[in-house]
Amino acid sequence: MLGALLIVFREVLEAGLIVGIVMAATRGVPGRGRWVTIGIAAGVLGAGVVAMFAGVISDAFQGSGQELFNASVLGIAVLMLMWHNAWMARHGREIADEMRRVGTAVSEGTKPLTALAVVIGLAVLREGSEVVLFLYGIMAQGTSGSALLAGGVLGIAAGAAFTALTYFGLLAIPNRHIFSVTSWLIALLAAGMAAQSVHFLNNAGLVVSLDQTVWDTSWLLSEGSILGRLLHILIGYTERPTEMQLLVYVAILIAMYVLMRIARPSPRSPMPAAAE
Amino acid sequence: MRTTLFFIGLAGLLVFGAANARAQDYVLTIKDHRFTPTEIKIPANKRVQITVVNDDPTPEEFESHEMKVEKVIPGKSKAVVRIGPLKPGRYPFVGEFHEATAKGTVIAE
Repeated sequence: MLGALLIVFREVLEAGLIVGIVMAATRGVPGRGRWVTIGIAAGVLGAGVVAMFAGVISDAFQGSGQELFNASVLGIAVLMLMWHNAWMARHGREIADEMRRVGTAVSEGTKPLTALAVVIGLAVLREGSEVVLFLYGIMAQGTSGSALLAGGVLGIAAGAAFTALTYFGLLAIPNRHIFSVTSWLIALLAAGMAAQSVHFLNNAGLVVSLDQTVWDTSWLLSEGSILGRLLHILIGYTERPTEMQLLVYVAILIAMYVLMRIARPSPRSPMPAAAE
Repeated sequence: MRTTLFFIGLAGLLVFGAANARAQDYVLTIKDHRFTPTEIKIPANKRVQITVVNDDPTPEEFESHEMKVEKVIPGKSKAVVRIGPLKPGRYPFVGEFHEATAKGTVIAE
């Protein structure tokens, strides 16, 4: 049972962290609860569908279907996160100002929510399909299934609890800092996802240039450990990154920074931080 | 639009990649949540392709942080796992869904 709990928890953790960060990043944006719910629901539904067609996906593209699928899902998520950060760079201050003044949010702002709903949906879909397959396997085995199943359900609950923890933890950040903090979290998240996407393309045999391992820090922090996993999700920690992965990681961070600078509105007033 | 471009890019890469695929083939079989053989010897510093056959009715996830692979294999089916180039050494792998029994090692030499 404990084993099942851990396996499911690990999968839910990744999606949960992403949901937590996204929710913190959209604090004060109206209608976000609905979009987050839509994202999660669509993700769960999608996870079921992906699990059902796991065999088909796996066999596609000369056996590289799963890698290509993962790489595409991650690639789309990266684009969505970039879009979100650009949007937030432009409108984040208005939202923060408004929140300070009225306690509620501005009316504008469904745009990044669709992007983030997609990100949430994709995260849930990717991790969720593995949970579905795993739980399906347990049920298919019959006999000792119930204890394992209970473990699986507890794992999902623990993952959800962790999501809440992430969210409320981030909420503890003062209003005027939260947008810059979450923007950076999302930038790192996106860079990590892009590097992971490269890794899947490499496993698919598509991107094979610059595939030498740059360093090996498995002795220091194993990617299989809880901390290793957390950092893998949050900042894209990899114990053995390839040259291409590093290159893409840095490129995405730079692209994100440039994009946010371009999107930022020209300063009309001096820093409102002084008003606090 | 972006998505379309992305997939066009992927398709392009695919054609490019197919021309590059000349990996040698090895076979691993999963039965009763165990791998056979439990050890596979492969040449170091080369890209290698392992076909993992899952004879169990339940899905399994072939996973190795050391080799940077993570792949779900549905029940009663097989999947291709591409690894390397690996430096000489021992690289453990597990079936993540049944880690207690599904264990093995790739030896690069």
